[in-house]
Amino acid sequence: MTMDFSVQVIYIVASVLFAFGLKFLASPETARRGNHLSAIGMLLAVVATLLGHHIIGYQWILLGLVIGSGLGAFVAFKAAMTQMPQMIALLHGCGALGAVFVDWVHYLKLKEQIVFTISGTEAFALFLSMVIGALTFTGSLIAWAKLSEIIHGKAVTFPGQKLLNVLILGGILVSGVIFLMNPARADMFYLFLGLAFIFGILLVIPIGGADMPVVISVLNSYSGIVACTTGFVIDNTLLIVVGALVGANGIILSIIMCKAMNRSLGNVLFGAFGATVKKSADGKKKEAKAISVADAFLVLESAHSVVITPGYGLAVAQAQHAVRELGELLEKNGAEVRYAIHPVAGRMPGHMNVLLAEANIPYDQLIEMERINPIMDTVDVAIVIGANDTVNPAALHDKSSPIYGMPIIETFRAKNVFVIKRSMATGFAGIENELFTNDNTRMIFGDAKDVVNRLVGEFKSK
Amino acid sequence: METNLIYQLFILALSIFLGFALISRVPPLLHTPLMSEANAICGIIIVGALIAAGVEANSPFAIVLGTAAVALATFNVVGGYLVTERMLKFFKKKDGAR
Repeated sequence: MTMDFSVQVIYIVASVLFAFGLKFLASPETARRGNHLSAIGMLLAVVATLLGHHIIGYQWILLGLVIGSGLGAFVAFKAAMTQMPQMIALLHGCGALGAVFVDWVHYLKLKEQIVFTISGTEAFALFLSMVIGALTFTGSLIAWAKLSEIIHGKAVTFPGQKLLNVLILGGILVSGVIFLMNPARADMFYLFLGLAFIFGILLVIPIGGADMPVVISVLNSYSGIVACTTGFVIDNTLLIVVGALVGANGIILSIIMCKAMNRSLGNVLFGAFGATVKKSADGKKKEAKAISVADAFLVLESAHSVVITPGYGLAVAQAQHAVRELGELLEKNGAEVRYAIHPVAGRMPGHMNVLLAEANIPYDQLIEMERINPIMDTVDVAIVIGANDTVNPAALHDKSSPIYGMPIIETFRAKNVFVIKRSMATGFAGIENELFTNDNTRMIFGDAKDVVNRLVGEFKSK
Repeated sequence: METNLIYQLFILALSIFLGFALISRVPPLLHTPLMSEANAICGIIIVGALIAAGVEANSPFAIVLGTAAVALATFNVVGGYLVTERMLKFFKKKDGAR
């Protein structure tokens, strides 16, 4: 009894440390300390569990710990920063599957008892936990495969998809109800588990690559809910607390991502995007004006204020380090250099910040959209690299545009706009960008890394 | 059991509130590390996994599941914390040491 009591006290300490870990993430200066505190909390929780709770055999635990830590450390050190979204998706998936297994073992052990007893709440929590855990697992795997381009990133749709989803969801609910009325029915248990695995695949397959930031946030939220419901199944309050924290995190990030794309969560998750967005040609199509690297250099050399607006294309071209060098040269030349970060630049929330920070760009130069837009009029040159839809002015005024209403980085208000781009191809949303044909815009055609390097060369040889 | 459930629901409600309060203060700058951090602490199901793998079970299948649960949760925890640490190391101030 006293042993159990001390375990619970340590659990309370752990949950307080987790809360501090999140609190310290409010500033980059304290963030690492927060991560350490959080990790200490986790260690405490693990040690307390190992010492208490009448654990009999340690050999299997040790095996699991060794395999898990080895793989975890390997993946964490090997993953490139561009691969962070798929890494996180993989971690979500594994955590969720782990939770499913915990619930499963719990059920198996109950079945082993001479008299099978389970309370109504326990059975209900078990059902919820298994279903959400299973669909989070397969959903995360699909997201992981899409992001790492093992399977095609485009939205996959087929006739009868909605009907199939409804049938499977119905199957899960019906088998769930039968299970809840008689929890001894293992057949129903395995039926809803299997259907939930399939459902997870179907949920993520129709969602396109551009919407992955939302999908990852939603899966994050689900994994929190799974931890929470598992806490109810195995009667563990620590899991409930942590699950609630993580669930809240996923919900907040999903909402932020949706707002940044001006779309509802339902629209992202259930409406395949980009199917019917051919804008009617309105005749007066303007020509984009190109500029050479040498001429662009002359403009940049006399600029006092430069804003670089990166999109994911920058990371695809591996141009982060070249851009940092250009930024430093511009600063040496007396210009104020800032980076304008759109919330959905990159493949997950905050992704672009990590990519630029990795290239040694100081975080105080990374300015979020809300803070850069008010000063955009005073900017001499805005350089757009690998971004498209997030700088399209049509989002502000063209009601017929599919991205109408989406907040953008208002680069078009800068005195000069340089757009570094391979060709005039459209962005994710598949729409024309009128920024490219504006009077104050000049296009620099070419590979992002190559163009930036040539600009750097001009600065160095001046 | 019933009072226990009520207490747990109480704790759940307050924890959700705490989560929203804490997380809404994290700047967009750190949203990626925030997610990996949240991901790491979500690996707290390791606690359940340890119990599942360590308490005696008769069927070999339960042992396999329990061991796999420990491995998966540990992967989640270790991977999550290490990758968060790696990312947070990148964030430096301008005048800070390069």
